[in-house]
Amino acid sequence: MQPVLDSIALLGRSGLDKVAAIGRSGMILAHAIVARPDPVQSFPLLIRQLYSVGVQSMIIIIVSGLFIGMVLALQGYTLLVDYGTEQAVGQMVALSLVRELAPVVAALLFAGRAGSALTAEIGLMKTTEQLSSMEMIGVDPLRRIIAPRFWAGFISLPILTMIFSAVGIWGGMLVGVEWLGIYEGSFWANMQNSVDFFDDVVNGLIKAQVFGLVVTWVAVFQGYDSIPTSEGISQATTKTVVYSSLAILGLDFIMTALMFGDF
Amino acid sequence: MRIRGVELGVGIFMLVGAFSLAVLAFNVSGLGLSKQEGSYKVYALFENVGGLTARSKVSMSGVTIGQVSDIHIDPERLMAVVEIELNGDVDYLTVDSSASILTSGLLGEKYIGITTGADDEVLKEGGYIEDTQSSLVLEELIGKFLFNNASE
Repeated sequence: MQPVLDSIALLGRSGLDKVAAIGRSGMILAHAIVARPDPVQSFPLLIRQLYSVGVQSMIIIIVSGLFIGMVLALQGYTLLVDYGTEQAVGQMVALSLVRELAPVVAALLFAGRAGSALTAEIGLMKTTEQLSSMEMIGVDPLRRIIAPRFWAGFISLPILTMIFSAVGIWGGMLVGVEWLGIYEGSFWANMQNSVDFFDDVVNGLIKAQVFGLVVTWVAVFQGYDSIPTSEGISQATTKTVVYSSLAILGLDFIMTALMFGDF
Repeated sequence: MRIRGVELGVGIFMLVGAFSLAVLAFNVSGLGLSKQEGSYKVYALFENVGGLTARSKVSMSGVTIGQVSDIHIDPERLMAVVEIELNGDVDYLTVDSSASILTSGLLGEKYIGITTGADDEVLKEGGYIEDTQSSLVLEELIGKFLFNNASE
């Protein structure tokens, strides 16, 4: 009888642990958003985080954006040339990048490149007891460590997404116009006729903003809540990438249904 | 100074982001700064709008002069009402103008082509285009063709 009861108790305890973890993550989010200390002191911290989160992710975003745009144009061309509508390549590349691929792929790359680094950094700070020594000397680690990182991720991802789209479209033009010989005028005209600034570009940016919130939230929380051992840090880093990737793909479906679905 | 390089990097990052947004806005989506100043709406009744959607182009002699803003059914006359938003500077459409739903290219998108008439009075806000020609539905066309062949 006892083992059965034990296993039931274990189940309940792990469920309660999960709920408590969600609660802690919510508290961290609230803290990070509310904690806006004097701008003179926190602005340099934010700049430094923007550099390590945003600027250092730029290379991977630019390179992958370029290749994804080029592949889209190549695939679109081989499909559309059968119907004699290869001018629509520009429209296809632009719409699929701006609406879907740029927000999603940039967010996935961002989770792998910047999210995991954030988790590992904060986790190591916790393991080496830097966070608790900060508390000892009266510095709130949530303000000093968490808030600037959170805001840096929140600001960076939409910017990275815009760079991804622009570079991807340029890559598509490189393949379509320069290499495959689509007439440049119809390439751009088709694109401009079909892409609407508010319906497509702005909705894509709203997606990127939501992903930025979710990815940095998950990353910062996993780091702050990690078990302070080397194993714990590696687990937390894995969790960051897995959870934020799943959240990105799931939220993308919901937001696409809300934004572009006809109901 | 180390911090200087960081600041420069972040500045470049922000500028590249702003530049990308500008490219997306003006080059990719063709956003005009003064797009619709004082545009006005007219209506047209069609038997069948097959394939026409909101944001479709409205053109005259191939030049875009407005766009479709809404399509719904008139419950009394049981026909499709197309709400057309014309640019403010279009003040030469006579009340006997005709509107027809056309297709750009063989498989392209649908748009409304407008031809003016000879009346002196021009269309105003809320006016109706009476003379309309519905969308060409391929199935009906084939059906008619088959029917004619069978009766011969």
